[in-house]
Amino acid sequence: MSQVEMVVNGRKVSGTVEDRTLLVHYLREHLGMTGTHVGCDTSQCGACVVHMDGKAVKSCSILAAQASGSDIVTIEGLANGADLHPVQAAFREHHGLQCGFCTPGMIMAATDMIARHPEGLDEKTVRAELEGNICRCTGYHNIVKAILAASKAMGKAGKGKTKKAA
Amino acid sequence: MGIEGIGARVARKEDKRFITGSGRYVDDMVVPGMKHAAFVRSPHAHADIKKIDVKAAQAMPGVIAVLTGKEIKADGIGNLICGWMIHSKDGTPMKMGAWSPMAVDRVRYVGDAVAIVVAETKGQARDAAEAVEVTYKEKKSVADAVEALKKGAPQLHPEADGNLIYDWEIGDSAATDAAIAKAAHVTKMHIVNNRLVPNAMEPRAALGHYDKGEDHYTCWTTSQNPHVARLVMSAFYNVAPENKLRVIAPDVGGGFGSKIFIYPEEIVCLWASKRAGVPVKWVADRTESFLTDAHGRDHVSEVQLAFDADNRMTALKVDTVANFGAYMSLFSSSVPTYLYATLLSGQYAIPAIHANVRAVYTNTAPVDAYRGAGRPEATYLLERVVETAARELGVSPAELRRKNFIREFPYQTPVIMAYDAGDYETSLEAAMKEADYAGFEKRREKAKKAGKLRGIGMSCYIEACGIAPSAAVGSLGAGVGLWESAEVRVNAVGTIEVLTGSHSHGQGHETTFSQLVADRFGVPIDSVSIVHGDTDKVQMGMGTYGSRSGAVGMSAVVKALDKVEAKAKKIAAHLMEADEGDIVIENGELKVAGTDKSVPWFQLALAAYTAHNLPGGMEPGLKEGAFYDPTNFTFPAGCYICEVEVDPDTGETEIVQFVAADDFGNIINPMIVEGQVHGGIAQGIGQALLEGAHYDPASGQLLTASYMDYTMPRADDLPSFKVSTSNTPCPGNPLGIKGCGEAGAIGSPPAVINAITNAIGNNDLAMPATAQKVWSALKAATKH
Repeated sequence: MSQVEMVVNGRKVSGTVEDRTLLVHYLREHLGMTGTHVGCDTSQCGACVVHMDGKAVKSCSILAAQASGSDIVTIEGLANGADLHPVQAAFREHHGLQCGFCTPGMIMAATDMIARHPEGLDEKTVRAELEGNICRCTGYHNIVKAILAASKAMGKAGKGKTKKAA
Repeated sequence: MGIEGIGARVARKEDKRFITGSGRYVDDMVVPGMKHAAFVRSPHAHADIKKIDVKAAQAMPGVIAVLTGKEIKADGIGNLICGWMIHSKDGTPMKMGAWSPMAVDRVRYVGDAVAIVVAETKGQARDAAEAVEVTYKEKKSVADAVEALKKGAPQLHPEADGNLIYDWEIGDSAATDAAIAKAAHVTKMHIVNNRLVPNAMEPRAALGHYDKGEDHYTCWTTSQNPHVARLVMSAFYNVAPENKLRVIAPDVGGGFGSKIFIYPEEIVCLWASKRAGVPVKWVADRTESFLTDAHGRDHVSEVQLAFDADNRMTALKVDTVANFGAYMSLFSSSVPTYLYATLLSGQYAIPAIHANVRAVYTNTAPVDAYRGAGRPEATYLLERVVETAARELGVSPAELRRKNFIREFPYQTPVIMAYDAGDYETSLEAAMKEADYAGFEKRREKAKKAGKLRGIGMSCYIEACGIAPSAAVGSLGAGVGLWESAEVRVNAVGTIEVLTGSHSHGQGHETTFSQLVADRFGVPIDSVSIVHGDTDKVQMGMGTYGSRSGAVGMSAVVKALDKVEAKAKKIAAHLMEADEGDIVIENGELKVAGTDKSVPWFQLALAAYTAHNLPGGMEPGLKEGAFYDPTNFTFPAGCYICEVEVDPDTGETEIVQFVAADDFGNIINPMIVEGQVHGGIAQGIGQALLEGAHYDPASGQLLTASYMDYTMPRADDLPSFKVSTSNTPCPGNPLGIKGCGEAGAIGSPPAVINAITNAIGNNDLAMPATAQKVWSALKAATKH
């Protein structure tokens, strides 16, 4: 058994888990945070993507014990209270989801992608970088549209802030 | 239409929970005392079970129960059945072999359930499942349907001699042969429709809970049709009577057909819950899904298309072998018959058609409806042979199609279907214009200079949705009626609940069904709630598949809304002392036309429930239900054009343009319709380029049982799509809608393959057209 403690969505959590417990199972089964999903067993589908210390990771590929001491953000922690994160809002506005199962992983991966490309994104880059996330419903068309729109909106917002600060 | 009414591009109500991680899928459900299940599954494609030793497993940590097929049989749980009777052409009924929820003495495919282990944790259940010792005596297996029909092939079921389930035909064989004999030209092809795994992103799951005090069962399951699940589990599997069984399908993460069927696992979890005295949850892992979800397609066909000297189609002859896998899944028998051969006329006037279909058992996972179910197989066959005929005849593929289009409606095909309305020319024109079909040769030249082979291909599909008139399908062998039900409950404060037997697993019903109400009463969609997926809340329904929720499910809502509106108008007329015929409903008010008299909607609702001042003899309340039984199928149709560039050095195909022009009749929410088309096209392109379920012919092992081995379409495999719609209203239902859920998957595969074969100059190319296959075909073509 392993002792784990971490910060999940700003809240300190700790517990004892079987050594083999994956981070995704710790989140879902121990903390009851079921927003993060499991869609495969081979780290291919990306439904389980969360942010660990600011980087997107597949939570099915990390043991809870390995994540001990880290700062985790899941889909449940992305919005600022009632205010949706711009990526969440863009997925809704552009119909970037249908059944919703891959959506948490898609949104967490997209948020990370946008953060890694402050210069902005184009369709080719979005499609290439979404390679680790599978969606069976949307054909990706509207997911790509939503990510491009969110990237643009966040770029503008970011620039606005910089200007104000200056 | 109003900003939230019919035709409005309204953002989805259900999205809020999905984008914030608040969706509730079966695996998210927790019941007090709940334990976890793992299934012991056959590692062999075909074997006799000699012995099952559960002692070691029972002694493992956390294990509560280990149960086998013998025990479930002893408790009287019935075999799984196929619910659509097909008769062979000699009049004999289809040969259905026994399918026990857990195998008793023989396993017939890799993944066949043998035992269930219930334990404290998922990990413990899996560990213990590994410790169940099953002694098998392996038998020879057969995975390929054509091989399974050959003499000496391994026999799966004693009921089905030669593994033949049925040998069925439709159409006029003699007339077809005669027309082919005197044809000016006959195009002949061998067509294989590759086997696919549906791969909804949410794996199948079931949570069975037996309540001893109430002697009552609850089943949470990943189902597209919870009421059908309850009906079948009660009427045929003897799990519990309907009044003692509640089935809940909460948020469901995609279905594409694979979650229509009643599988062994939900039956076993319910039964095991009673046996073990604890709620039992099972969630498939992805490999389990690959092994045991019903697969799709898997047809091998010979086709002949005959023309007269004027290039008019005179006859179509088809001979198809359909792989059914090891057991007959719930609707399997209907797929290669009434959902396939009845669509073989396509968009064309073909005077004589004959199709023969043989359904065959093999040692593979059961095969049943997958997005399109029969229509993609029909469309692929017909649109490949039409395109090939154009090449052989040296005429434009567009012109050959145009020349043979059906132009007068209603049109009775020689294969049962009577098309009610359509305008194929408009879709063809729209697609060709959007694709700049005329400018293709220039683009081909340009690509050639860049060292690429550019090709263009089209597909003009028709399909049948809105399944279906109950009496008609009953006469064709269906074991159920295919109507839909709805109930509209206006609350005393004017908010509205709509209960529907349709089930949403990605289609956005909470939004589109609400739009119907907003359109009718001028109330905001946020004051409307859609209730579905729970047999305790909605009395009965037939569920969602075959693109039926719009044409059938919404039509039931419309009927119920008609009744509510009629009663509301009566009350309003009484309150305002006006004539009932003068009452109009606008912007959330009931008004007396031509006056300034009005009653707000909420006040009208309150009046219905206070019942202080109702018309004489009227019952209080405002709640109406309706059943809608369609009068015909609906017939969406369209034209898809695909343009590709092939790298001659690697055989890699890039889709550089994909155009879809669909006629879905009237549309409730264009945003959602476009999304359905996008998703369908992606699955169709997946079938054409990437996907294929492969069984090892010698061992019967599924070689493509993970996302490492089965190629799912990813974002960088696909382009953005150019989609548009034309709207020839469907005359058969009150909303004039046809259905849009499957069109993309139906129309796209032949367009892709027609484009690639056009690019490489070799028509001999099977799906999936992987780089290796395309490269080989290209090399074969350039040898000549």
